[in-house]
Amino acid sequence: MNFALDLLPEAVLFGLLLGCFYAAVSVGLSVSFGLLDVPHLAHPAFMVLGSYCTWVLGMRFGLDPIVAGVVLMPLFFAFGIAVYRFYYETFEKRGTDVGVRGLAFFFGVAFIVEVGLILVFGVDQRMVEARYIGKSWEWGEIRVPMRMIVAFATALVLTSLLALYLSKTFTGRAIKAVAQDEAALRLMGVNPVRIKQWAFGIATAVTAAAGAMLIVVGPVEPSLDRVYIGRTFCVVVLAGLGSMSGTLIAGLILGISESIVLTFFGASWAPAVAFGLLLIVLGVRPQGLFGR
Amino acid sequence: MKFWISAALALVLAGIAAATISNEYFFFAAYVVLQAVILATAWNILGGYAGYVNFGTGAFFGVGAYTGVLLIKSLGLPLGLQIAAAAAMGGILGFGIGLLTLRLRGIFFSIATVAIAIILETLVLNVRYLGGATGMQILRPEVTPPFDSYIKMLFVIGVLLAVIAVAIARYIEISWLGRGLRAIRDSEEAAECSGVPTLKLKLLACTVSGALMSAAGAPLAMYQSFVEPASSFSLNYSVNALAMPIIGGMAHWIGPVLGAVLLGTIQQLVTVTISSELNVLVVGVLLVFFVVAAPEGIVGLAGKLWARFSR
Amino acid sequence: MGTLLQVKAVSKHFGGFTALDQVSVDIAEGERFGLIGPNGSGKTTLINCVSGSLRNESGSIVFAGEEVSRLAAYQRTRRGIARSFQIPRPFRTMTLLENLLVPSAYVVHMKDAEGEVQAMDLLRKMGLADKAHSRSNTLSQVELRKLELARAMAARPKLLISDEAMAGLSGTEVEEMLKILFALNESGITIIMIEHIMQAVMRFSQRIVCLDAGKIICEGTPTSIVQNPDVQKAYLGA
Repeated sequence: MNFALDLLPEAVLFGLLLGCFYAAVSVGLSVSFGLLDVPHLAHPAFMVLGSYCTWVLGMRFGLDPIVAGVVLMPLFFAFGIAVYRFYYETFEKRGTDVGVRGLAFFFGVAFIVEVGLILVFGVDQRMVEARYIGKSWEWGEIRVPMRMIVAFATALVLTSLLALYLSKTFTGRAIKAVAQDEAALRLMGVNPVRIKQWAFGIATAVTAAAGAMLIVVGPVEPSLDRVYIGRTFCVVVLAGLGSMSGTLIAGLILGISESIVLTFFGASWAPAVAFGLLLIVLGVRPQGLFGR
Repeated sequence: MKFWISAALALVLAGIAAATISNEYFFFAAYVVLQAVILATAWNILGGYAGYVNFGTGAFFGVGAYTGVLLIKSLGLPLGLQIAAAAAMGGILGFGIGLLTLRLRGIFFSIATVAIAIILETLVLNVRYLGGATGMQILRPEVTPPFDSYIKMLFVIGVLLAVIAVAIARYIEISWLGRGLRAIRDSEEAAECSGVPTLKLKLLACTVSGALMSAAGAPLAMYQSFVEPASSFSLNYSVNALAMPIIGGMAHWIGPVLGAVLLGTIQQLVTVTISSELNVLVVGVLLVFFVVAAPEGIVGLAGKLWARFSR
Repeated sequence: MGTLLQVKAVSKHFGGFTALDQVSVDIAEGERFGLIGPNGSGKTTLINCVSGSLRNESGSIVFAGEEVSRLAAYQRTRRGIARSFQIPRPFRTMTLLENLLVPSAYVVHMKDAEGEVQAMDLLRKMGLADKAHSRSNTLSQVELRKLELARAMAARPKLLISDEAMAGLSGTEVEEMLKILFALNESGITIIMIEHIMQAVMRFSQRIVCLDAGKIICEGTPTSIVQNPDVQKAYLGA
């Protein structure tokens, strides 16, 4: 333990950048779980899958990770639609026993993705190279890794675009509406299932971009989805289900908490922070900061 | 009555096996399967009967394993007391998580179980007293007669624990408790308005389930003479404990037993003949397949076949 | 006849939305009470607060002389408040008979043998006896509604709340349900009926209360309610 207070400003700044990254990584879950009520335990696994796809595109075609992320988005969009369609037809439609089966399904899918990645890529960590990885930006006494700034910027752009989409476009508002009153939407002539599948597709596309950012921020390995279950669900629950703006604030809270623990207690405790914070939120205020 | 006769028979057979079979590998493999039977049965009490999915079986198992080791090292307690203590710890943990999250929707309970698993594993890794990443080793104490080897004793204890676990699960299932849990699973709101004390019953199921899972973990140190975080808290326990009841069938106590025996045996074969990664993939694929295509499990399929043939 | 249920200044909010605003109403023992109001007026919220599915934030709910607003729903059922659900919620993996055994075991504390006798009796009264050993997925809409009522009755309640039990039913089916509810009331059970089907509520109720936007806007006999301009405005808009 090292309580040297001069480390604090850097820790907080790092935490802010990290937090914004966590918010962007969680925003897909905010839509799929927060708005659509899908028990999407495989969300982090899809993100890690996106990271590995980014790595492959980097290795094969020399694509910059952010560019690779953008390329992957339409592919993952289609993938997301397929997954939701399957989930809906198999579970939601029938009605019985969605709870256990839905949860077990996504857990199984996450597990299959993780093991699949191990079988294809092995358990070693993979990293990408880019001009901004490995350099730091200095501002007085504070040093911030360049890759964090790139991730932060991308995260900001991504979350803002998504927020704009959800509030300004018809489909976007329909997505928010379907979370609140499906029957009313139907009466307006909109098919709720198509809206939901579109939303899930977008959420998955955003998750692909998040995966690209993930591998920029640091090396990835197949089991990374486990700790991110904690981080993403912590952010979404802390924000409050259905609150998109809360996601950013919740992300920042998590980012700063983790960064402080990292700086003063060491990296081996960091994975537990998100889960610990999640348990506290569930115990004290389960509806989160801005929940419905 | 039939059940108790079968249970007694199982114990007698176990005793005979221990006395006659000389191939030690049989007992090692059988112990792993028995462990799976206990974990799957325990999981099903909350998951199958009440509908609350626990993803953190590994955490409970690990707590049991570490409780066992700590009691050996500090007090030299015999296995029986270790198991009892482990059950107590597991029960408390189950009760605690339940109290925290069972008032909320099912998915929050499930996430909380993931959280506990990771938090506990991180804790154990970082606390030096508990051995950190390298874990703790023990010297196995002397084998007591009538057993002539360690693994035979553990085998018989495994059978005993499995019988106890199944007996408890069966009792819950056929009693008024089981009906209340099923009502909770089918429609919690309607159950509450039909007089079922939903929170109390869920807490009970969670506590019993947790206690049995930890009890299963207590003999681990004796089985492999050491415990360490990665394998004791392994995700594989969690996946198996979930997959086996789903594959076997969640509605009846025999489902988890079937699933455990089947899947456990398959895993033993695949690990030995092909690879352990593929083994894990097989479990995942089977889990998803059954969840999607055969949600009532093998027991359910058998029931349907029976209905079709007896017409 | 004494007062069975007293709702005193009950309020309930959901975030910024006020679902119930200082609602007060008394219901006499043995009464047939109707609760009407446009969609979103707070009828189901009020019922949820009475049955315990929701907790009211302020005000009190007194049932048979006892303050119950801090009790869990199952405790209120055990004290005699039973309800049916707007969208039927049968226990899907159980047979009809088993559905009724849940309240008989948990509320009345009957052993299964006794419970089965009561259950068969109730099912016979509802015309469902031949399906006693089938699961609820074989039931039609009106049969599902009857099952809801039967299950509520298996708890031997003093107060039965019927939440839109007739929505979407045909004329003859509405008649069937009304007949059952009248018979139940005759046997001494106080009934609160929430309905949109006006002719059913008018025929059934001795007294009606109309809710709009979380407040009571009118209370009285069926004839006076129908003529009340506020009620007409609430339903048809200004």
